[in-house]
Amino acid sequence: MSSVRVLVGTRKGAFILSSDAKRDRWHVSGPHFAGWEIYHVKGSPADPNRLYVSQSSGWFGQMIQRSNDGGQTWEPVGNKFVYDGVPGTHQWYDGTPHPWEFKRVWHLEPSLTDPDTVYAGVEDAAIFRSTDGGQTWAEFPGLRGHGSGPHWQPGAGGMCLHTIILDPRNPARIFIAISAAGAFRTDDGGATWRPINQGLRSETIPDPAAEVGHCVHHVAMHPSRPGVLFMQKHWDVMRSDNAGDSWHEVSGNLPTDFGFVIDVHAHEPETIYVVPITSDSLHFPPEGKLRVYRSRTGGNQWEALTKGLPQSDCYVNVFRDAMAVDSLDACGVYFGTTGGQVYASADAGDNWTAIVRDLPPVLSVEVQTLP
Amino acid sequence: MIRVVLPAHLRTIARVNGEVQLDVEGQATQRSVLDALEARYPALRGTLRDYVTQQRRPFVRFFACEQDLSHEPPDAPLPDAVASGAEPFLVMGAIAGG
Repeated sequence: MSSVRVLVGTRKGAFILSSDAKRDRWHVSGPHFAGWEIYHVKGSPADPNRLYVSQSSGWFGQMIQRSNDGGQTWEPVGNKFVYDGVPGTHQWYDGTPHPWEFKRVWHLEPSLTDPDTVYAGVEDAAIFRSTDGGQTWAEFPGLRGHGSGPHWQPGAGGMCLHTIILDPRNPARIFIAISAAGAFRTDDGGATWRPINQGLRSETIPDPAAEVGHCVHHVAMHPSRPGVLFMQKHWDVMRSDNAGDSWHEVSGNLPTDFGFVIDVHAHEPETIYVVPITSDSLHFPPEGKLRVYRSRTGGNQWEALTKGLPQSDCYVNVFRDAMAVDSLDACGVYFGTTGGQVYASADAGDNWTAIVRDLPPVLSVEVQTLP
Repeated sequence: MIRVVLPAHLRTIARVNGEVQLDVEGQATQRSVLDALEARYPALRGTLRDYVTQQRRPFVRFFACEQDLSHEPPDAPLPDAVASGAEPFLVMGAIAGG
């Protein structure tokens, strides 16, 4: 019988939530790496027992942990993230030059085919790859060095490379996104990159055709249609039907188009999910009602999903990497909040229950569907 | 023999309990002690010193013999009591919220 493993990163450790396919009774394991910030935990699609963890601390820096047994045991692997060459400067919040400094790993994306190959998105923004199970890391300098790097600016959370999407049909194509530089794509396995932000509009950028500077919060793709991308930008929910060459807005009837997460149903490529957040200065749901919005039309027409979610006095946030789906039938949808709840729906969002309610603030949620 | 006391999180990373005891080649300095510590426990690399600059991480402090050694040059000799093993070299995380 299939089962599900939900990998949760929090401000104070990692948690693993496990259930059989019914998804109504959960076992909670953790905290793993108690007291450390766990920005991301993700399993290898090629070997589900291979997990990678980004563990960091303001005191002791960055660690990467690896498990070969689904999170029962861990071993620290390489944590040497050194930029290629002289890293130079990007812009600080006030527009002055600021040296590129490694701070932490935001996102780990294991290869679709090789358990020992994993990509890391880091702050200050860059992408690294390991091909030896995380022991050693090498940067793809073509991203930082493609030309616009000195003009990139951090978002409020730092200048983080937070999204890495591997094209399942074209191993040479990778999509990434950076706050607040925008989305980028490589078509040659990481050697060269180009910004893919045409069609994005950001009020803070005077030039409507600006190629960089957009605060992209998250990007999602359905593996059956790697040319179709969905984006939650700082403001605006966007869609591209040409692998990011151009974007158009699909915010439609959302109560607010600010937010962080966006994800796609496992079996319906036109069904997408967002969690609207009031505004860039009010990082909580509108009216104190925690609502997931689902579109079955690839955007523009949205319905509120509220059953089982708090509909009064709720002022949590849902961070950009804190939503994921399983691939069971019906599709399960999961998200974590800054209030420490991890909500799950075993019916594609119609009904929600909290798996756990009192974890530390949730930074990331990933799901593994196990045979 | 040099005695080193690590903060709790780094004892977990190094998988040790209590003090660490190290044999240090040559003169006992911050650099030679940290080099020996990282050689014995490779998982600690990068947690105390920046990989590129080899500078002490900003929230890491070094003490011994009731003295703050955090700002001493890395190649300055450690106190005799540390070099002889009479007193431990203390690694601490600076007190900060969260």
